[in-house]
Amino acid sequence: MTTRYTKDHEYIRVEGDAGIVGISDYAQSQLGDVVFVELPSIGKTLAKGDEAAVVESVKAASEVYAPVSGEVVEVNSDLEASPGTVNEDPAGRGWFMKIRLTNPSELDDLLTEEQYQEFVKSIS
Amino acid sequence: MAEPVNSDQPLLKTPLHAEHVALGARMVPFAGYDMPVQYPTGILTEHNWTREHAGLFDVSHMGQAFLIAEDKNHETVARVFEALVPADVLSLKPNQQRYSQLLDENGGILDDLMVTRVGAPGHEGWLYLVVNASMKEQDYAHIQARLPKGVSLKRKDDLALMALQGPSAEGVLAKLAPEAANLSFMMSADVQIDGIWCHVSRSGYTGEDGYEISCKAEDAAKLWNKLLADPEVKPIGLGARDSLRLEAGLCLYGHDIDTTTSPIEAGLIWSIQKRRREEGGFPGAARIQREIKEGPARVRVGIRPEGRAPAREGTVITTPDGREVGIVTSGGFGPTVNGPVAMGYVSKDVSAVGTDLHLIVRGKPLPAKVAAMPFAPHRYKR
Repeated sequence: MTTRYTKDHEYIRVEGDAGIVGISDYAQSQLGDVVFVELPSIGKTLAKGDEAAVVESVKAASEVYAPVSGEVVEVNSDLEASPGTVNEDPAGRGWFMKIRLTNPSELDDLLTEEQYQEFVKSIS
Repeated sequence: MAEPVNSDQPLLKTPLHAEHVALGARMVPFAGYDMPVQYPTGILTEHNWTREHAGLFDVSHMGQAFLIAEDKNHETVARVFEALVPADVLSLKPNQQRYSQLLDENGGILDDLMVTRVGAPGHEGWLYLVVNASMKEQDYAHIQARLPKGVSLKRKDDLALMALQGPSAEGVLAKLAPEAANLSFMMSADVQIDGIWCHVSRSGYTGEDGYEISCKAEDAAKLWNKLLADPEVKPIGLGARDSLRLEAGLCLYGHDIDTTTSPIEAGLIWSIQKRRREEGGFPGAARIQREIKEGPARVRVGIRPEGRAPAREGTVITTPDGREVGIVTSGGFGPTVNGPVAMGYVSKDVSAVGTDLHLIVRGKPLPAKVAAMPFAPHRYKR
């Protein structure tokens, strides 16, 4: 199991040929209270960088981009009723979607945990 | 995720800037100032605290100024200001405050503001103005250019302004200045709090009972901390200020009102008193009197999206069969309503409360209904 990050603050936690996608703890803290999440439909095909979901705080709407290419195989529909879970537990219960990777080599372009923490330090 | 865009211009600081930083606020650029958008507890908590207890807001970025008649005659200064705004300024009693708008020649709104007839002894012929931060330079130039001899504009950049809002506001302030409890809505008084001169008005921008308190910049931190020392009071940032005013159905200049909207379209006819409606004598009076008589072609309305998705500013409004009928000017999540709320302009024929509309959010039509405002009931002390 490996977790990789984008510079747009999405994470993907890869298990086998699929990965769980969400937003980082830094991202949720920057957004503030999340009040709405729009998730993709199951079966949707995403290319790396495509708009995959929308997360809305009291202040504003932000896009969540697909960190890798693949097919959406599962979404966290609990977020519809409890969007605040994204703030409470972004790496766990606040996940957004599960993607089946079509090109696992794309993971090599993403940041490791250590690289991501360095990146966050450099921008905050 | 998209990053917010930051301006590179040097930002101004209010006299309370260091207090915000010490409280751990997240600071953002707003109207040229470095302002607290939220404190560590977050917007939802701050919003709810204000509705249930008392919130303290730094609004020192707003423009405070006096309009002064040399002859010390209220009628002189009132007549001059009435040439710029549609409110009845003449009939203001000492210490009474009104909401109004600076209008352009077409009746478009240059800014909205508060005007008070100063009641302090020795200040006869003085009006106290509070204008929007983002518009103050333009407003002052506009007013200055239209003053006759004998009336002058004195900007007071050496004053701070804070707002104490919520059901506990009266109890909190009365402990420090007992006379504050006796003020009714839109009345003001000069009080001393621990030796600090304060001009206190019973008004605000949240829909709650509360006060706006002006004091000298050098006293601001002391007063701020004195108010914050009360366990009923927490600091509130611009984020919750926006969600509170949106639920209260109050306009934000540059979004819900601007030079393309008239006070009648904006539903602000209540701020134009009877004598002014009849007599006119303000910029754009012909258009405004016509709109009063015939009704405007479009009006500002409240909108409740039916799902959970907020509809933001700029969202296109259509009828259920797809006819474009308007645009959202403010929209977001209403914590007290516990759902999305919005306001915007629609054609007169689809403006009745309960009318079905669609909001085009990210290309998809979301069902919504025209709703009565305020979304959260006003709790002013009349």
